[in-house]
Amino acid sequence: MAEKGVKVFGMWASPMAIRVEWALRLKGVDYEYIDEDLANKSDALLRYNPVTKKVPVLVHDGKPIAESTVIVEYVDEAWKDGYPIMPADPYERAQARFWARFAEDKCNAALYPVFTTTGDTQSEVVREAQRCLKTLETALEGKKFFGGDAVGYLDLVVGWYAHWLPVVEEASGATVVTDEELPLLKAWFDRFLAIDVVRATLPDRDRLLALNKARREQLLAA
Amino acid sequence: MAGDELKLLGAWASPWVSRVQIALHLKGLNYEYVEEDLDNKSDLLLESNPVHKKVPVLIHDGKPICESLVIVQYIDEAFASTGPSLLPVDPYERAIARFWAAFIDDKLLVPWKQAFSGKTEEEKDQGRKQLLAAVETLEGGLMECSKGKPLFGGDSVGYLDVVLGGLLSWLHGTEALCGVELFDAGRTPLLSAWAERFGALDAAKAVLPDVGKLVEFAKMRRAQLAAAEAAAAAAAAKKN
Repeated sequence: MAEKGVKVFGMWASPMAIRVEWALRLKGVDYEYIDEDLANKSDALLRYNPVTKKVPVLVHDGKPIAESTVIVEYVDEAWKDGYPIMPADPYERAQARFWARFAEDKCNAALYPVFTTTGDTQSEVVREAQRCLKTLETALEGKKFFGGDAVGYLDLVVGWYAHWLPVVEEASGATVVTDEELPLLKAWFDRFLAIDVVRATLPDRDRLLALNKARREQLLAA
Repeated sequence: MAGDELKLLGAWASPWVSRVQIALHLKGLNYEYVEEDLDNKSDLLLESNPVHKKVPVLIHDGKPICESLVIVQYIDEAFASTGPSLLPVDPYERAIARFWAAFIDDKLLVPWKQAFSGKTEEEKDQGRKQLLAAVETLEGGLMECSKGKPLFGGDSVGYLDVVLGGLLSWLHGTEALCGVELFDAGRTPLLSAWAERFGALDAAKAVLPDVGKLVEFAKMRRAQLAAAEAAAAAAAAKKN
């Protein structure tokens, strides 16, 4: 019998997995969430994503899709009569995809060293991360959300910053997103966190902080 | 038709630019091509792509679009009623195509670069191994997407054919540049056949640079960068 329904293979602390949940919830789609232990991946995950073996994976009526940004676009197209995630205009779509790539490739790479360094090195990488985020911030100018009046694709791709970055900052003893340096982004954090589907899914802050603190200790000791 | 001015800022050796040119060719779109000197970038390039300052940049009626995969999708969407569709119609098939495009840019090209310009023989060797593993995985991807037909897009050229095809001259140069043959008819028969078929397309013949010329250029560039790095290292050592 053909498999029916929607499954999401994710991990409670994964920013990539949460994007998929936000997209599905905006569309009002019911799904089964499977929380993976990444140190002990399930047979199902490995069967559905043999190529990269990573979360998230969306399984729709038995057919798997991997890569979170690919999944978000899929959700938008498969449930095209629901909430519009991608902009309608091709040029706006290109801009959204461009900035998503920029955030994923450049901003994430600039932020990671904040987590793994201390002292003067950390101060330097914080400045580098701020420069990167300032560039991303230009996509927010004059708008409530990256998507305009309502959240869209780019908000879903970078939205994890709103919850995760303050936690990473606390675990690392650094401050990256401040009112002085990144006023638009900081204001957007508050607006994004107030969105219903976001509030319903965020991982517990204390648990996330404990995980990040432990990970940082591990990395610094190595 | 008024209001459909296309200008492409590119560089002859760039596979990312080739992707865009192939897409434009397949769609039958006219455009002005501007060859950039990447050591002396034009004001137009710097203004149109202030974030990365890289080619390709497609300028459509004065509005710039950057990043090759973004540009190819833009061409497909903005000119949906012109020429063939590059991405499949079905959402699931579109997702599969996008997945493999990401795989090509993330998992194939990173080890390729390492095999090409790794600092030590050990590093290069690691790159070669990972590259061959990635190509074998891509062979599976081709099988999945093509469903027994000659191209990733099936009977006709699709998005994924353009994404990989733009790299074809560089891929053919892999043996000369990285010391390993990429498309071996024994190991990856589908990809080897695909390379032949894609290379024979009008768009490929019109756009792709000559492999010999490219290999010569890449070797020269690699030597230039290595010399620059050695000079910088020597200068730093003198300071200390």
